[in-house]
Amino acid sequence: MTNENLIHYIHSIADNSLILGQRLSELCGHGPTLETDIAMTNIALDLFGQTRSYFQYAAELSNEDLTEDDIAFLRKERDYKNVLLVEQPNTDFAYIIVRQYFFDVYHYLLLKQLENSKNVNLQNIAKKSLKEVAYHRRFSGDWLKRLGDGTEESHERVQKAINDLWVYTDELFHMNEDDKIVANAGFGVDNSSLKDEYYQIISDLIKQATLEVPEIQYFQKGGKKGIHTEHMGYILSEMQYMQLAYPNMKW
Amino acid sequence: MTQEADIATELLPILKSVSDPEIPVLSIVDLGVVRSAYLLENNKVKVEITPTYSGCPAMDVIGDDIKTALKEHGYEPEVKLILSEAWTTDWMTEEGKKALKDYGIAPPVDPTSDKDALLGNKKIIECPQCGSKNTQLVSQFGSTACKAMFKCEDCEETFDYFKCLI
Repeated sequence: MTNENLIHYIHSIADNSLILGQRLSELCGHGPTLETDIAMTNIALDLFGQTRSYFQYAAELSNEDLTEDDIAFLRKERDYKNVLLVEQPNTDFAYIIVRQYFFDVYHYLLLKQLENSKNVNLQNIAKKSLKEVAYHRRFSGDWLKRLGDGTEESHERVQKAINDLWVYTDELFHMNEDDKIVANAGFGVDNSSLKDEYYQIISDLIKQATLEVPEIQYFQKGGKKGIHTEHMGYILSEMQYMQLAYPNMKW
Repeated sequence: MTQEADIATELLPILKSVSDPEIPVLSIVDLGVVRSAYLLENNKVKVEITPTYSGCPAMDVIGDDIKTALKEHGYEPEVKLILSEAWTTDWMTEEGKKALKDYGIAPPVDPTSDKDALLGNKKIIECPQCGSKNTQLVSQFGSTACKAMFKCEDCEETFDYFKCLI
């Protein structure tokens, strides 16, 4: 395993948090109620905090003179290795909650394994983040149940969100070359080992929420290779605007 | 197992004078974010701090405030942010919990009760205004990452609860 492999692996984990955080922060001032608005932006803040820890470490590992901001803001679309799920838009509150829950369960299982990484930095970030992600998962899971078992309309909308977003779940368990090398070295996680438990957990909750588990067998993929949906360009153009317009600006 | 903070006696009063910018009544020592502080040669001081939550925006300010306070006392400080071990509410001192309550924020209760409270199963979070336990969870997330929002059914005030993190 080279340093380069490890850096790419760290990017791919952190990019999920970064892009989902960016999506959630779009809700600042636009959440359906004040409480959910604050909740979604709090989750965004946790995800950005985790991203910073990962990128600070990746910057340290790099031979170039990089900062965490360079990694977050100055890469090109193909260099972001986040899964397609996290870049999907805030269509309505049902989509936001389903996207969150689908990601939170995966994120939780991943960090639980990453806690055992042979790399002490990744171990520490995982331990810290796990506490936060357990809380996110509780929040999104509660809302999923509430929407499923709520009114006729909330039930219908959340079922639609589940059906539409289901095609993005399989990609969570894909591994690119870097992922495989880093996992084999005992630093990273073998994502495919999380799959059965993941589908068990989300299927149980979907049923508990009086909803149906989709039987779709066709899945979308690409993000892990840097090939994104059309939404990604829009996210990046907004996220990167300040650093491109005012290079090296700081708060 | 959680470690005790390791702070040199002569530095303790200075660090105690620095407060959390988001909860001004709470000293960073009582909050448990200062994990170690020691004197090196030539008035150099090394301080290690750990964030309550990864994204806590107060950490940069806390780091700067520590440096300012120590410089005023003639020290040359270096502040390092560490992640291990991860912060837990167990590190908050009794003095800190009292300061929170006096300020109108309900201090964290033990982890098992905390889970019940945050799931709305049990009424155990005491209203910091009137002391009633007839309180209701409004939102799992509050004005900052470390807090949840509650409402007191008796005095009808809303209040922040400092979440338990273990």
